[in-house]
Amino acid sequence: MSAVVLQPVNIDRRRAVAAALASILPPSALLQSDESVKPYECDGLSAYRQPPMVVALPETEAQVQAILKTCHRLQVPVVARGAGTGLSGGALPSGDGVLLVLAKFMRILDIDPLARTARVQPGVRNLAISEAVAALGLYYAPDPSSQIACTIGGNVAENSGGVHCLKYGLTVHNILKVRAVTIEGELLEIGSHALDSAGYDLLALLTGSEGLLAVVTEVTVKLLPKPECAQVVMAAFDDVEKAGNAVASIIAAGIIPAGLEMMDQPAIIAVEPFVNAGYPTDAAGLLLCESDGTREEVDEEIRRMEAVMQESGAHLIRTSRDEAERLRFWAGRKAAFPAVGRISPDYYCMDGTIPRKRLAEVLRGIANMEKKYGLRCANVFHAGDGNLHPLILYDANKPGELERTEAFGGEILDLTIKVGGTITGEHGVGVEKVGHMCAQFAPKELALFRAVKTAFDEHGLLNPGKAVPTLHRCAEFGQMHVHAGQTAHPELPRF
Amino acid sequence: MIDQFAAHIRDAAAGKRALNIRGGGSKAFYGNAATGEPLDVAAYRGIVDYEPTELVVTARCGTPLTELEAALTAKGQLLPFEPAHFGPGATVGGCIAAGLSGPRRTAAGSARDFVLGVRVLDGKGDDLRFGGQVMKNVAGFDVSRLMTGSLGTLGVILEVSLKVLPLPVAEATLHLKLDEATAIRTFNEWGGKPLPVSATAWHAGDVRVRLSGARAAVDAAVRKLGGDAVEPTAAAAFWHSVREQTDPFFTAGETPLWRLSLPSATPPLAFPGSQLIEWGGAQRWLKSETPAAAIRAAAAAAGGHATLFRAPDKSAGTFHPLAPGLLTLHRKLKQTFDPAGIFNHGRLYPDW
Repeated sequence: MSAVVLQPVNIDRRRAVAAALASILPPSALLQSDESVKPYECDGLSAYRQPPMVVALPETEAQVQAILKTCHRLQVPVVARGAGTGLSGGALPSGDGVLLVLAKFMRILDIDPLARTARVQPGVRNLAISEAVAALGLYYAPDPSSQIACTIGGNVAENSGGVHCLKYGLTVHNILKVRAVTIEGELLEIGSHALDSAGYDLLALLTGSEGLLAVVTEVTVKLLPKPECAQVVMAAFDDVEKAGNAVASIIAAGIIPAGLEMMDQPAIIAVEPFVNAGYPTDAAGLLLCESDGTREEVDEEIRRMEAVMQESGAHLIRTSRDEAERLRFWAGRKAAFPAVGRISPDYYCMDGTIPRKRLAEVLRGIANMEKKYGLRCANVFHAGDGNLHPLILYDANKPGELERTEAFGGEILDLTIKVGGTITGEHGVGVEKVGHMCAQFAPKELALFRAVKTAFDEHGLLNPGKAVPTLHRCAEFGQMHVHAGQTAHPELPRF
Repeated sequence: MIDQFAAHIRDAAAGKRALNIRGGGSKAFYGNAATGEPLDVAAYRGIVDYEPTELVVTARCGTPLTELEAALTAKGQLLPFEPAHFGPGATVGGCIAAGLSGPRRTAAGSARDFVLGVRVLDGKGDDLRFGGQVMKNVAGFDVSRLMTGSLGTLGVILEVSLKVLPLPVAEATLHLKLDEATAIRTFNEWGGKPLPVSATAWHAGDVRVRLSGARAAVDAAVRKLGGDAVEPTAAAAFWHSVREQTDPFFTAGETPLWRLSLPSATPPLAFPGSQLIEWGGAQRWLKSETPAAAIRAAAAAAGGHATLFRAPDKSAGTFHPLAPGLLTLHRKLKQTFDPAGIFNHGRLYPDW
């Protein structure tokens, strides 16, 4: 987390780049003093900080095209940024680059109630879309926990999920089309308002590409009918393995819950005094299992969910009786991160996805690491889709704790890969996990990623240093890590 | 076997010899004509891993689609995108390479929506894995979904991991009489309501709508939508005949069959010929002698595209021409995955 060395700003370069951009943007949309660029030095992963050389705040697509064309001509790195809520440092600026802030692209351009689509600018907040179409009985399904603040452009860059994605999918499943500008300033229309397009699925390739391939200037999202109602079952277990098995039994019963979340005891204990959600603090594991749909569907599904929880050995089962209680049950889970923030000066959020059947093994592994590193860890788990968020508690002011936390986190990532999972389920690789990409992927796979990047951005100017590691980054990483029994890149000299 | 495939690819790449990747041959009609020496991958078959409670199955490319579907049915699950087979030999690899989805597409999602990971041989014969066997995975570019529907032009799909879902508890099909414009509007209005519609079809005034889900929800929707109930066996046969294109609409005569992919609420497009409309209006099968240029222009004007799906003469090209910027990117990606340009040359677009 602390591995970034601050780049000093080259004042002459800053002046030259700002002068070139001044013909495109009014002075108020171009920031270049140290004080004015400082607020943009980090995103949601604040352990990494780097003030940008210049901040550009365009408000038209033509301006974005001109800025990118200029940066391409001058060979200046460009990092795109929405609301800056990302948790992997994906919007960390380049000290020698332009930070392209899309916050002014805030308009919802068009809503088609019959076709159930909305055409929006990338700076529109995720939740604002659902709010704008609520009166039509529609909503936008992906709901990352930061949805009140995060933007749809950032969601596309990260392929964001949320607590409902087992049933309703990720961003990639819920968008139809984007307009995007390449580093050369060329405008591309990718996807369409039909359900598919001719040629390769570039929309899928662009979604989750972390700003490495193009800058999105418009997004068409799909809208879904709002479910008539929703209800949630809360079930408490005296053993996390039992809770894990209950999740498998729900799926085995042919149920796809709208949401299926799990918390371990440290998470429950952090949350309950903070929110008073009614969670039993003596439980080793707690499940929240939601059903949505028509009244008839929900009644039928809730009865089946309760039965499975009973058979799986839950010692306490409660079903929300009304909307207020449903929201209270969820309030605890949704407040898990801030609640943990209350009991510890700092915490570090991990984001691996694992095959669900390996959950108990992974939690045992993490428990052993707590002892090894002398740090506590609370676990919240999108149990339906296997996305685990261990929250490592630490105090950055205590010497050595940050370093121990990093090592702890790295070991969790290694374990995630070992059990057949992935280092990131929804937060992205960013700058944070770029080293661990070398552990998850073989050198030739990474080479192909780099070649795909080159196909879009020959000189590597868009969001450099993120998501896809360079050969040398892997060589450095390989000094500490061994992949599949072999040191990576034996062909490179080591010092 | 993978070593043999890889050696074959390296040899062909060195000699710049085109390879025609082949599974069961059931979709040989789709796309432009295949050229090059066959690279037969049907023998690399079998389900590698299937854990029903993980909702994930991994199968080798040559696995017959019927075998995979039987394994899923036995555990009460299905491929949600309801792929067409187009012949008894259909394989998992061909299904994903073609990327086609069936009647459930609007409700459940497309083939690419359910692809979680792939193992592929690229044009250098390198054995590569992307994505994985988990539902949420944002590490690296989404090469797995890029491979879906690329018709083998980017590499040989060796294995694929797919998300699967439980079979619906209840199902019912209704028959209604509506004209084309009303049917399209009605399908879209249903789409905006919380109804368990899992498939729609319109042809010559006859609408069939399939409802799938919880028993109570299907029963309630049957009461809401009206129309006549179709007897379950007849209903299953109907949806099968639409998916597999064995319905007389598809089989009669030599008239070119076009697939129009359009924004779902697009009003009727008036072409001489006949149409069968699916996916709530988003997929329209057109049998017409109208010149290709006119059909493509109308589809594009409506915001969609047109594919010449089946025709005795495909000299007009199967797929909708790409905009210049996108064409450049396609060529670069092709060059990235297949530097010697050996895989399924011309299958997608004539000169590459």
